[in-house]
Amino acid sequence: MEVVVNGSPKTVRPGVTLLELLAELALDPRTVVVEHNRRIVRRPALGETPVAAGDAIELVHFVGGG
Amino acid sequence: MTTAVATLQDTPFTVGGRAFQSRLMVGTGKYPDNETMTRAIAASGAEIVTVAVRRVNLDRSRDDSILHHLDPKRFFLLANTAGCYTAEDAIRYARLAREAGFNEFVKLEVIGDQETLLPDVQGLLEAARVLVKEGFQVLAYSNEDLITALRLEDAGCAAVMPLASPIGSGLGLLNPVTVRTIKRRLKVPVVVDAGVGTASDACLTMEQGVDGILMNTAIAAAQDPVAMARAMRLAVEAGRLAFLAGRMPKREVAVPSSPLEGLLD
Repeated sequence: MEVVVNGSPKTVRPGVTLLELLAELALDPRTVVVEHNRRIVRRPALGETPVAAGDAIELVHFVGGG
Repeated sequence: MTTAVATLQDTPFTVGGRAFQSRLMVGTGKYPDNETMTRAIAASGAEIVTVAVRRVNLDRSRDDSILHHLDPKRFFLLANTAGCYTAEDAIRYARLAREAGFNEFVKLEVIGDQETLLPDVQGLLEAARVLVKEGFQVLAYSNEDLITALRLEDAGCAAVMPLASPIGSGLGLLNPVTVRTIKRRLKVPVVVDAGVGTASDACLTMEQGVDGILMNTAIAAAQDPVAMARAMRLAVEAGRLAFLAGRMPKREVAVPSSPLEGLLD
């Protein structure tokens, strides 16, 4: 199934959780904040939150800025 | 007469219930490389450093988080909402930043115009009210307008941050009188944010009596950012000290420094 991660389409297996998605992208859940369909998902809930087809997922972190 | 030692004593810079020794806050953007940034920030003596919230770059093999180059135990990370043009966006970015788990502080920016990057006052007030209600310590990037500053204070902001001149312009403090008025009228800290270009700008700004300065480009875009960071540290300290010392009155006529008595016939 297809989801949208950071604005780009991505094919994932059905039923994948947000935590599994982060692992697949080689991202450390401690350094990334996850927004799932415009709702922030707290770290402890990442493993219990499955992704559905068409979901919009934003993965953000801190970068240099003023 | 106050002794030199007593004059040197300053209260810590306190904002949102936290006390800091340095009155200089620095950004982390636009550096030629991360090593220069790390060294410049160390040379600046800043404790508060600003960061931006952005998408993780999924095409990159390496994680490009700023936290690989800044120890969050050593520095107080102040997330900004740079790039936001509506209250809704700024609130969204602030919530994401807080979820990173460092603190509840946010440097709130709601920009109204792409060319000048001047703040959208209406959006700023709207976002500030929502975020204060959600428990954020809001440091609001504002234009140098007294009424806006008063409204931001009324909205519960922890600090108001009037600009010296537009972001990244390096034009220095364009409006010292209004910045001084804002400082005189507000109870919350006033931190001048944006527009400082070189050390004399920083010194002049601190001489107005404001509580601190936040800058990024002036250091990052200098020919030697590490040397400029040190210059800024000294300038902020010098300006603060000159303010506390109290300058002599200006006169438009000369007054001799040497005695008139004892001159030869």
